[in-house]
Order: sequence, then structure tokens, then C-alpha cells
Amino acid sequence: MAKKKLKELVINRDWCKGCGICVAFCPKKVLELDKEDKSVAVRPQDCICCKLCEIRCPDLAIEVVIEPDKEK
Amino acid sequence: MAIKDYLRQRFFPHMWCPGCGHGTVLNSLLRAVEELGIEKNDIVMTSGIGCSARISGYVDFHSLHSLHGRALAFATGVKLSQPKLKLLVPMGDGDALAIGGNHFIHAARRNIDITAIVMNNKIYGMTGGQYSPLSGVGKKATTAPYLTIDNDFDVVELAKAAGATFVARTTTFHATEATDFLKKAIMHKGFSVVEILSQCPTHYGRKNKEGDAPQMVANYDKITARLGSKKLEENPALIGRGIFVDRQAPEYCEEYDKIIEYAMKGRK
Repeated sequence: MAKKKLKELVINRDWCKGCGICVAFCPKKVLELDKEDKSVAVRPQDCICCKLCEIRCPDLAIEVVIEPDKEK
Repeated sequence: MAIKDYLRQRFFPHMWCPGCGHGTVLNSLLRAVEELGIEKNDIVMTSGIGCSARISGYVDFHSLHSLHGRALAFATGVKLSQPKLKLLVPMGDGDALAIGGNHFIHAARRNIDITAIVMNNKIYGMTGGQYSPLSGVGKKATTAPYLTIDNDFDVVELAKAAGATFVARTTTFHATEATDFLKKAIMHKGFSVVEILSQCPTHYGRKNKEGDAPQMVANYDKITARLGSKKLEENPALIGRGIFVDRQAPEYCEEYDKIIEYAMKGRK
């Protein structure tokens, strides 16, 4: 199985309340809270697309968009 | 369909506090419904009153925001008149076991095909942090400034004893596990109960010095252990997580149909 590649980390800034759950549980420390206490992807190149942020986000504000597999 | 298609997006951002576990429960529930591929029109969600009960306003299913504690009574009515619909009943701990305690045990006793989700944050959040029947001994709340002395219910044991045919427990830390259990509960024929421990950082967490939302979520991993795991064997004081009951028994609506047929003696 080929490694999943991140296309985009979509974060809905209107819905994010800055609880920091995504930041705390990201295994690769991709996310951080900015000055406005909203989640931002500061190191998207490190993302392994585990979707832990997406499934735990209480505000349903994060979506991990994965690059479609080209080999198929 | 994407998760967002099951939401009434016009009501977002939702009214729950930053870091509230109920949002994660909603997230896991929508994933379960999406993975099962159930049509929106085939689902009815009934809820009572409280923070947790607001969930029925955010989902694009048929929804009934009913009386405090009476969500299961409304759901029973819907199920008996429309047995083909899937009934989801999310409730808070106080809603399910204090105000609606009788409805809970009697719905379990009847084994009616309803999925009850107990979003257990151990406190009445909406009204300002009063202790609930699931708070337990030695906890702080606005109504217990010198700590609680009330014993708590064990939802799993209560549901088991009352006759529920599917009983599971998980937490907001274990979100994929929650989706998995919810899927099984929804597909189960009979009364299914899924207890999901859900953090309330605003009232419970702050009063009981459990830290912020991420700390409370991480704590769920420390205080629980999977059923049959070595961790639970070595430390039985931990809260068990997993499927406790999964058995088949006559379902209420089917039995009701049989009794109608018997009473009509084959006449149409």
C-alpha cells in the first residue's frame, strides 16, 4: 500500500473554537493554535493523514483531504 | 455522502463550549451513520433537554426535541407507529438516569429496537454544573461545594440488569471505537445502550481540577481499559471499555405485531 499523501488540511475557522484537542493529539505536531486561538496547519508536510484531528474535533471543523491514488 | 451532508450547517458553529465532548460524540455518530449508508429519511433522532439534547437540532435527520428525560418515551411512540425507522436517542447522564431513569429501565426491559446513547459528562452542564446521578462520590459541583456523598450509577450494569440486549461503553478519546460500537448498536435488533464518557471542561473539569479539554480527553485513556485486556486484569479499579452484552431476544415491535395478529384471529 502506498503512503497516503496530504492534499489539503481544510480547517473551518468559523467553526473552530480553539479547544486545542487537535493540537494535543496530532502525532506529528502538524497543528498549532494561532493568535486568534484557531487551529492552523503549520507543518502540513509532516502530516501522515491519520485523521486523528478530524475524528476527534468537537467542532467538526477539520477535514483531511487526501491526494487520490494515481496508480489505481 | 460526506459527514457534513448529515448536518444542518446553518446552525453552526454549535452552542457547545470549546472542547466539549458532545461535539466528538456527534462526530463519531455521523461517521457511524455514514459508514452504514443509512438514508437520512430513515432515521429519527429524539432527545430530551440539556446540553446533550441539543444534538438533535444539528443533524439533518427527522428530529424531535422533546421533554426532559422523556426522549425514550417519544422514541417508543415513533417506533411503534413506524417500526421501519431507525431510532437514535442521545441523552445526557441526568436526562437519561435521573429525570428519565424510569423510561430508561423500562425501554430496556421491553427490548424495543432503539439505540440509546448516554453522553456521560458527570454533570448538569446547561443549568450551571449541578451534580448528577453519575457524578460519583467525592466530586465538586455547584450543588456540592464540600464534595458529593452520593454513589453513582454504573450505566452498563443498570442497562444489563434492566434487560438491554446490547450494552457498550467507550470514551471521546477512543473516537474510532465509538464509531464502531455505534455502528453495531444501530444494526442491533433490540434495545442498545452505548455509554460514551464525554468531557465537560467548563463545569466538571474546572471544579474538579481535571485540566483543560485535551487533558481531560487524555485522562480517559488512563482511567479506562479494554475488556479482556491485561491492563484491566492488573488493575480492576479502571473503568472497563468494550461491548458488555450482545445477545438476541424477542423484540417489542415484532411481539406487538404477533399479538395484533392473534387478536384479529387471522382477519384482515
